[in-house]
Amino acid sequence: MQLPVINNTATEAPKSGCSAGSCGSTDDQMNHLPEHIRQKVFNHPCYSEEAHHYFARMHVAVAPACNIQCNYCNRKYDCANESRPGVVSELHHPDQAVKKVLAVAATIPQMTVLGIAGPGDPLANPERTFSTFRQLAEQAPDIKLCVSTNGLSLPEHVEELSKHNIDHVTITINCVDPDVGAQIYPWIFWKNKRIKGREAAAILIEQQQKGLEMLVARGILVKVNSVMIPGVNDKHLEEVSKIVKSKGAFLHNVMPLISEAEHGTFYGLTGQRGPTHDELQALQDACAGDMNMMRHCRQCRADAVGLLGEDRGAEFTMDKIEAMEINYPEAMKMRAEVHAAINEELESKRLAKEAKVQLVNIQGLKGSPSPQSSPASGRGSNSEKQLLIPARPVLMAVATKGGGVINEHFGHASEFLIYEASSEGVRFIGHRKTIPYCEGGDTCGDGESALDVTIRELAGCEVVLCSKVGYEPWGPLEAAGIQPNGEHAMEAIEDAVLKVYDEMRVAGKLEPKLDEQQKVA
Amino acid sequence: MALEIIESCVNCWACEPLCPSKAIHEAKPHFLIDPDKCTECAGDFEDPQCATICPIEGAILNEDGNAMNPPGSLTGIPLQKLAA
Ligand code: SF4
Ligand code: SF4
Ligand code: SF4
Repeated sequence: MQLPVINNTATEAPKSGCSAGSCGSTDDQMNHLPEHIRQKVFNHPCYSEEAHHYFARMHVAVAPACNIQCNYCNRKYDCANESRPGVVSELHHPDQAVKKVLAVAATIPQMTVLGIAGPGDPLANPERTFSTFRQLAEQAPDIKLCVSTNGLSLPEHVEELSKHNIDHVTITINCVDPDVGAQIYPWIFWKNKRIKGREAAAILIEQQQKGLEMLVARGILVKVNSVMIPGVNDKHLEEVSKIVKSKGAFLHNVMPLISEAEHGTFYGLTGQRGPTHDELQALQDACAGDMNMMRHCRQCRADAVGLLGEDRGAEFTMDKIEAMEINYPEAMKMRAEVHAAINEELESKRLAKEAKVQLVNIQGLKGSPSPQSSPASGRGSNSEKQLLIPARPVLMAVATKGGGVINEHFGHASEFLIYEASSEGVRFIGHRKTIPYCEGGDTCGDGESALDVTIRELAGCEVVLCSKVGYEPWGPLEAAGIQPNGEHAMEAIEDAVLKVYDEMRVAGKLEPKLDEQQKVA
Repeated sequence: MALEIIESCVNCWACEPLCPSKAIHEAKPHFLIDPDKCTECAGDFEDPQCATICPIEGAILNEDGNAMNPPGSLTGIPLQKLAA
């Protein structure tokens, strides 16, 4: 498989992956960050929406043990907090892991970040985790290291963490209230005892918060992940968000609960549902404050290799790695060149984007909602009125296989990118997976057709932009309130979304809906 | 006096470093306890450490062959759901 990187000529995107160049948003999510943090994260695929199309990350599965139990995890499988559960990773001893990292970094020069995220809790496996980090800091100083943890034993390891090339730590914090925590964590292992219930949750919360404060005090970047569990912590996560940000976490990433019954988790077997797209988005918006949330997170496996959303793990199984000859100092030179080229391209893209945003402002597509600041447009009184009424935001789904353009047939899309157009501009919201309905056969699951699945997945979207859409899905899509649109094939996504939004505005389709007005109020 | 690890063990390594008697070792298809070495942690800890961290119900048995962590005791999953 070819990687769509560097010169952007390869438009053939990985099927499972997020397509290169297509998830950008007009307001870069890193704009709010202080310069020193931007410097640290600009080439980190998990933190930068832009970078994740160019830079790759990998995880090594060296840490199988865990010191707590989460109700969304079945320890027979990988950790659900950073990994797609249900697939058991190939477990490595630290020395093997180091070998694998060097092999991958030499083969995929875009690889910038090595993460340890499990399959259990990395800090419940301190010898294995730190042995891996220690060797890599020495042998591959050009690789950034990061670690994800449930936080229970974080405070005792902060000192050691700060010694290596580690400038990011992710803590999964699902609550700051032990009563909420007691519904998420049945037990923890603490000071040689198994502790259950509220008491367990209280200790975990205390350790997480302490660890967060200690890391921030040492200048280590902290990202907080939260799993959104409807009816359990969904109302509570806004408060979590406020607290962790006030303590200095630089990103808060709200992820949906995965609770398929076949994973055999407590939540799966007791029928706890995950959030809908709408619920997740509303919470992400509420938590976002003045910063963009991380919306391109793919909840990668603990042994993922490659660009986000793709997995090249199969190229690097242990037997293949044993057979490889790696000259890392040589590889490091090549890597430096590749990184420089990518940085240059990112920089020119950023400049082009800035220029475009200005153009959009001049063209007046950014209708200002407030009367005082609305420019005298000189258009008819109708347009004046349009400017006074805040145009409601619209979600649009886009079918693309990469390159930042609309170039995928509706029926072939296995994933749609979701954009929100509003009077503020266009922003990327997330991705939604589906079954390509041309390949899905007649039924899947309990008699639901692939088209039904897609329509359900696109709930909340009013338009779906694709290069082509057949006659057959047209009716059902329209009936579901989703307008198919194949008129913008090969156009740049954000431009097309803006155009369609403006057409809707002119056609008077953007009057706020009553219930939404109330929501805003 | 010795505990035993049986086939439902998922080889998660959680117990091995905790054993004060170095009685646990990695083995295929699952970890094993050397019955001659296991002291059930007597004199070192109040609770047998392996059974106290093990996340898998039923994976560790006491000397009578009963599960140290019986079904439902760790996950809280109701028994009828576990059976299903
Ligand atoms: S911290 Fe991770 S590995 Fe441990 S129980 Fe929770 S989800 Fe599973
Ligand atoms: S009971 Fe204690 S001594 Fe025996 S195997 Fe388990 S941890 Fe080791
Ligand atoms: S803690 Fe339990 S599941 Fe894990 S290795 Fe030990 S016996 Fe096996």
